[in-house]
Amino acid sequence: MEISKEQVEHAAKLARLEVSEDEKAMFARQLSAILTYMDQLKEADTEGVEPTATVLPTENVFREDAVKPSLTQEQALANAPDQAEGFFRVPKILEDR
Amino acid sequence: MTLFELKDKFVKGEVSAVEIVKAYFQRIMLVESKIKAYITTAKRDALVKEANELDYTLSKWRKTTPLMAMPIAVKDNICTEGVKTTCGSRMLENFVPPYDATVVARMKEYGYYLIGKTNMDEFAMGSSTENSAFGPTRNPWNLAYIPGGSSGGSAAAVAAELCVAALGSDTGGSIRQPAACCGVVGLKPTYGRVSRYGLVAFASSLDQIGPVTKDVRDAAVMMQMIAGHDPLEEVELAVRTAIIQMQALKAEIKEISLPMTKYAIATYYLIATAEASSNLARYDGVKYGYRAAKEKGLLEMYMKTRQEGFGAEVKRRIMLGTYALSAGYYDAYYGKAQAVRTLIKRDFDEAFKAVDVIVTPTMPTPAFKLGEKIQDPLQMYLSDIYTISVNLAGVPAISLPCGLSNGKLPIGLQIIGRPFEEEKVLRAAYAYEQATEWHLKKPGL
Repeated sequence: MEISKEQVEHAAKLARLEVSEDEKAMFARQLSAILTYMDQLKEADTEGVEPTATVLPTENVFREDAVKPSLTQEQALANAPDQAEGFFRVPKILEDR
Repeated sequence: MTLFELKDKFVKGEVSAVEIVKAYFQRIMLVESKIKAYITTAKRDALVKEANELDYTLSKWRKTTPLMAMPIAVKDNICTEGVKTTCGSRMLENFVPPYDATVVARMKEYGYYLIGKTNMDEFAMGSSTENSAFGPTRNPWNLAYIPGGSSGGSAAAVAAELCVAALGSDTGGSIRQPAACCGVVGLKPTYGRVSRYGLVAFASSLDQIGPVTKDVRDAAVMMQMIAGHDPLEEVELAVRTAIIQMQALKAEIKEISLPMTKYAIATYYLIATAEASSNLARYDGVKYGYRAAKEKGLLEMYMKTRQEGFGAEVKRRIMLGTYALSAGYYDAYYGKAQAVRTLIKRDFDEAFKAVDVIVTPTMPTPAFKLGEKIQDPLQMYLSDIYTISVNLAGVPAISLPCGLSNGKLPIGLQIIGRPFEEEKVLRAAYAYEQATEWHLKKPGL
């Protein structure tokens, strides 16, 4: 499986990852090698085989929807790179007109 | 042309991989029917295609390896993954090894091309190559004469320029004697200098793989490529010894097979990176952690934050996982990996019907050198072959010391148990530990 520079750019955008020109070339080369290796999975006959997402038997477990002690607003904001008046602060989402 | 000369021309770009491959196939077409040096020859179209791709890659990024594009022949008692290895016998007429001999794996790493598997006396028993189940090889100097044996095919192939160099095996002269008959150079190395892993055994305490070449300089080049102690062999020996010790401790030993675990690395690195790409989406520079300074918009802040905050391997895994989960590729990669994971888990379920615990090496080799694999992520992933199937199956496993390598590095033994049977795993490990002294060894700091 050959990965082009454009595919790297696309995946990087989906992953919200800025990549330099050097990184694009490197990732294209390395991901191509890795995905070529992964292609061997095509040989495995998985017709009618259920996928395994977790090895534990899973079923829903319900609990009462009760208020319990949790982080205070101060604790929740303590690690924030930027905050103001009890909120996380982020750069502008909308452009100035 | 000698291996040394051909390498030189190729590295300088004076000759392309395609030109080399085509020239040797031309030569094979011309004279092989007279010599019959080969039992199997490489598929021309496949090799030309590979050479074409290599030339293309090199045109973009010129990085060569020591045997890149060199058409080398291998005696047919040395295992080559996916290529018939008959030992010159009807017994193995259709045997296709599932793995490479260490010497072959090494040459592959160095970029060689397997041009063919050479004729030999059946199971290397003979001195003329007349004992081959597939008919004799002829001496290129005079077709009425023997090429010597048992590596007669390798010597004749080198002499007739059907390859640039070859590997033979020597148990009682089987490299040197045919080299003498065909006017080429043959070196039998010191016993133990070259790995025998993947050489079909004739007389194990005497067998040794070595090069058959056009001149002495080439013999030296080939030795550099194939010599060196084999970490795979060291680990195998340590683990087999541990199993014998366990038998002495009254453990009943049964050989089992986990056929689907060959897909474990591909499966694991698709599932693990997919899950990681999703889990690491939270590092966006908003709620905690690093944030890139002074970015204008939100999207730009996300992208810069993640570029500056993550290192190379984490980025690579995020990229791989994102790709495997992205529209159009989800079924082929992530979905497929989850289905294969089911097959791998079934392997373990099946094995645990027959045994209480499974014993394997923890790593295929002792620790590798700092910097050895950091530039090649796939090689790094491959070192996880024995450990990751355990995580895919969700079962418990322990690693404990079971030996020291020649380089005085520890070798680990892995004991795998059924789900929730940590106690049994610990008891088996403890019994082994108490009977051995590996856990008492200390690094000489």
